[in-house]
Amino acid sequence: MKSAAFDYVRPGTLEQALQILSERAEGARVLAGGQSLAPALNLRLAAPELLVDIGGLAQFRYIEEGADALRIGALTRHVDVERSEIVARRCPLLSRAIAHVAHPAIRNRGTLGGSLALADPAAELPACMLALDAVIHVAGPGGERRIAARDFFQGVFETALRPGEVLTGVEIGGLGPDRTYGFAELSRRRGDFAIVGLALAARRSSTALSDVRLAFFGVADRPVLARAAASALGAGDMSAARAALATDLKPVSDAQASSAMRLHLAGVLLERAFNETLEASA
Amino acid sequence: MSEGLSPLDRPNSYIGRAVPRPNLARLLQGRGLYVSDMTLPRMVHVAFVRSPYAHARIAGIDAGAARTAPGVVAVVTGAELAEVCTPWVGVLTHMKGLKSAPQHAIAVDRACWVGEAVAAVVATTRAEAEDAAALVEVSYEELPVVADMEAALAPDAPAIHPDLGDNLAFERKLDAGDVEAAFASADAVAQAEFVFGRHTGVTLEARAMLADWNPGEQRLTVYQGTQAPHMMQNIIAKHLGLEETQVRVVCKDVGGSFGVKVHVYADEMATAALARMLRRPVKYVADRVESFLTDIHARDHRCKGRIAVNRQGDILAFEIDDLTAIGPYSMYPRTSAIEANQVVNLVGGPYKTPNYRARARVAFTNRNVMCQYRAVGHPIACSVTEGLVDLAAREIGMDPVEIRRRNLLPDDSYPAQSASGMKFEALSHHAALDKLVAMMNYPALRAEQTDLRAKGIYRGVGLASFIEVTNPSAAFYGVGGARISSQDGASVRLDAQGAVVCHASVTEQGQGTEAILAQVVASAVGATLDKVRIILGDTDHTPYGGGTWASRAAGIGGEAAWRAGVALRENILKVAGVMLQADPSALDITEGQVIDATGQARVGLDEIARVVYFRPDTLPADFQAELIATRHYAPKAYPFAFTNGVQASWLEVDIKTGFIRLLGHWVVEDCGRILNPQLVDEQIRGGVVQGLGAALFEKCEYDARAQMLNANMADYLVPMASETPDIQIGHIETPTADSMLGAKGAGEAGTAGAAAAVVNAVNDALSPFGVRLAEIPLTPELVLKALGVVL
Repeated sequence: MKSAAFDYVRPGTLEQALQILSERAEGARVLAGGQSLAPALNLRLAAPELLVDIGGLAQFRYIEEGADALRIGALTRHVDVERSEIVARRCPLLSRAIAHVAHPAIRNRGTLGGSLALADPAAELPACMLALDAVIHVAGPGGERRIAARDFFQGVFETALRPGEVLTGVEIGGLGPDRTYGFAELSRRRGDFAIVGLALAARRSSTALSDVRLAFFGVADRPVLARAAASALGAGDMSAARAALATDLKPVSDAQASSAMRLHLAGVLLERAFNETLEASA
Repeated sequence: MSEGLSPLDRPNSYIGRAVPRPNLARLLQGRGLYVSDMTLPRMVHVAFVRSPYAHARIAGIDAGAARTAPGVVAVVTGAELAEVCTPWVGVLTHMKGLKSAPQHAIAVDRACWVGEAVAAVVATTRAEAEDAAALVEVSYEELPVVADMEAALAPDAPAIHPDLGDNLAFERKLDAGDVEAAFASADAVAQAEFVFGRHTGVTLEARAMLADWNPGEQRLTVYQGTQAPHMMQNIIAKHLGLEETQVRVVCKDVGGSFGVKVHVYADEMATAALARMLRRPVKYVADRVESFLTDIHARDHRCKGRIAVNRQGDILAFEIDDLTAIGPYSMYPRTSAIEANQVVNLVGGPYKTPNYRARARVAFTNRNVMCQYRAVGHPIACSVTEGLVDLAAREIGMDPVEIRRRNLLPDDSYPAQSASGMKFEALSHHAALDKLVAMMNYPALRAEQTDLRAKGIYRGVGLASFIEVTNPSAAFYGVGGARISSQDGASVRLDAQGAVVCHASVTEQGQGTEAILAQVVASAVGATLDKVRIILGDTDHTPYGGGTWASRAAGIGGEAAWRAGVALRENILKVAGVMLQADPSALDITEGQVIDATGQARVGLDEIARVVYFRPDTLPADFQAELIATRHYAPKAYPFAFTNGVQASWLEVDIKTGFIRLLGHWVVEDCGRILNPQLVDEQIRGGVVQGLGAALFEKCEYDARAQMLNANMADYLVPMASETPDIQIGHIETPTADSMLGAKGAGEAGTAGAAAAVVNAVNDALSPFGVRLAEIPLTPELVLKALGVVL
């Protein structure tokens, strides 16, 4: 299949990009790494009139660390995150998760911002942002906005981005030596979207976990925080945490797995991700 | 030649060696020529409007908007195309009772599966053709859908083709020995229902055709990625009302076939017909969605099986009842009854018992068409047989290796015949099993299994002995009336600088046919490999033959090339005898030099060619040199050159998630004389990977309205490198005496037994839980349900 015809523009500045998007908001799509959009075009699942290729906005390809924060530009490629010493040191959850994002060829071109703006409910990075309580930066005709990850993901391929807005980066705060992480996912093949996945972020004191955030993906129309399970885990009760998943999650059924199977697997992943935090501290 | 050596043991023979493939550098440098690479002057592209319904009457087609869309050359309906292309019926006379309905290149009144073409849009680019195809308004009236095989044969099921009366396309029954008595006397009987998902070949290169009608010559040239150029020449001519001499089929590089590209596809016939209708080149390249919706699917069987065994471990009888559904039409011209027929032929094949009863039924449904794909029927027969053997072993508490040793046909019992009447020239089941057990260190794996079970880790070993049909004679298709050649030819010529050119009728699909032929010809003639060029895939230029399918290119095409090469050597030596005033029988050729009995080089092939071509005046007046020789070969002594082998899988089942991790896979295989060990090993490895796909991943999912749900590479799961374990391969060599080379086929052995070994290993791993799984693909959900972890 061939893509339907479209116009293409590659603006040199963010201002130009925003200008074009404000003029052509309805029929325009932003092209970043193209790893999801290009297949959609070629399957004619998407047929925008205009592609606004923001790949030339080099200022949005960066990984920076602050005192307790990590900032990553929207056009940072997955491979940059995968190989980043800063990410590995300051936020190893992302290093762990990124290895599960598709395959090397896709990670070479796919971008962080593209993955977040697409908002596939079975994708790893949106769940990581939710677990990390990240703030997502967007720019638009009305100026810049900062949106908490928990407010950003609103459904299957739906986000808080408004027409004409572009995702520019993320900020992950509250980083410190007491942070601990776990990551686990089950996919039929390596690199596939997850049947169920879990990004776990918490703080570790000498005796217990606190500030536990469990972001499950592949279970609903968006990544989901399992709050009851998190609080049980904070109280050190794994079996209560597993049981609480039944109230936190109402998993979808599809050809890959039934709702009951997803719920079961979520419990298995919870144990495994938790054990990983123990091993990391051991 | 010195005495005591076989004809193959020639000095500097390339037989049995891994040699560089002559086409490899070209392909790796991107200099291959696939149909999609080709452009001809005035070429146009076709895109098809395809039915979104599994069964619907075509009430009307409004192509007005499409006809005026940019770039559009023509919009053609089924009725219009039927004026230049006649329909076909996929039956063969030796498949008794097989029935099917006439199938048109484009549906005329009725669409019978999702994806069947209902109109063709031809435009100057494929993108424009697709744009316009979206503008074609088709009015459909939905008809009752026969969605699956059980529904197809229900008493009140609507007949998809009312003229045929019902949806039963074919039925075969077989009753050998005394099955009743065997079951009555058994100490134990085990049974299971084996379920096999529908899957497909997923060739790297999609199906593609470029058809060019030349009105000046009244000739159609068809560039096609196909396994069988001469068969396509015949079929295209027949249905376009042409003589075969008016059709030339050219097959350049092909990106994998696996049986997908040996059938007659409606959209490809439409492409050829459109070229004739429009009097200009028309190109069709299937996209990946079209591949999933219209490339043949395969398997999709439900097979009930029973086995009778006594306390000592003797298998007393097998009984099966197989059901499969093939879509709305039997494929043309090979028919879609072959797979079920093969299941009947092959179940129990490795074993001694003469008692065997079978029934196979083939039903029509409103799903995509099904037909022969790599290892036709073998994975089903092997999974059923080997699954039953393991169940029997479990019933009587016998080790899986031991029960096989006790029941496999003895290596000294040949020629032999199976209960179903399959004739075996010489097989090596026991030698293969012994070698496999040693290669995998079976006792060590059992010890590891026991140790790990104590730690809650569940690993299992699964075995699968198998037989494989290769080198088919005319018994496969020819006797049923199909013009599918079971013989192949090769023509070998000495060129003016002493190089050797071989034209052969078998084809290259990426599997290495060119390499095999080059080393066979080089060895037979006595030339060096770099002086041999292979030309394939052109009905204007190559000898007539069947092409590449059923593991026949090396065994049949290679033998023809060997014989042609030997004949050319003899012809060359006659010239040398005249030139050197020596007895030709005292001369030989090695490394491009004619040598005498002492091994002394006397004259080079280049010099012989120079004299023959440019100074024939120096040769005696009564001598005429012939520096070209053509030979053909068809298997004669046996209907099929059966091969055999055994596979083993070692894997771990995560009982909490149901996920299966493959840890190791072993194959010992006997394909007779190994012409090129590297190519044989890679054939087996590739075949195993496709079998692992069937075992764990691949399935065409359909819903109750017969809509295919996963017609894309994201949702249809093929195994990738990360999912594939190391595959260790060993060989036994039992050459066939039916040919000089003694080579049998090796292309399908890997696929034949891989899934059976995996399923047996999963059941072995889960034996503490009493689990007996018999459905593939074996998904995590099936495992967890069997374990009772989820409902």
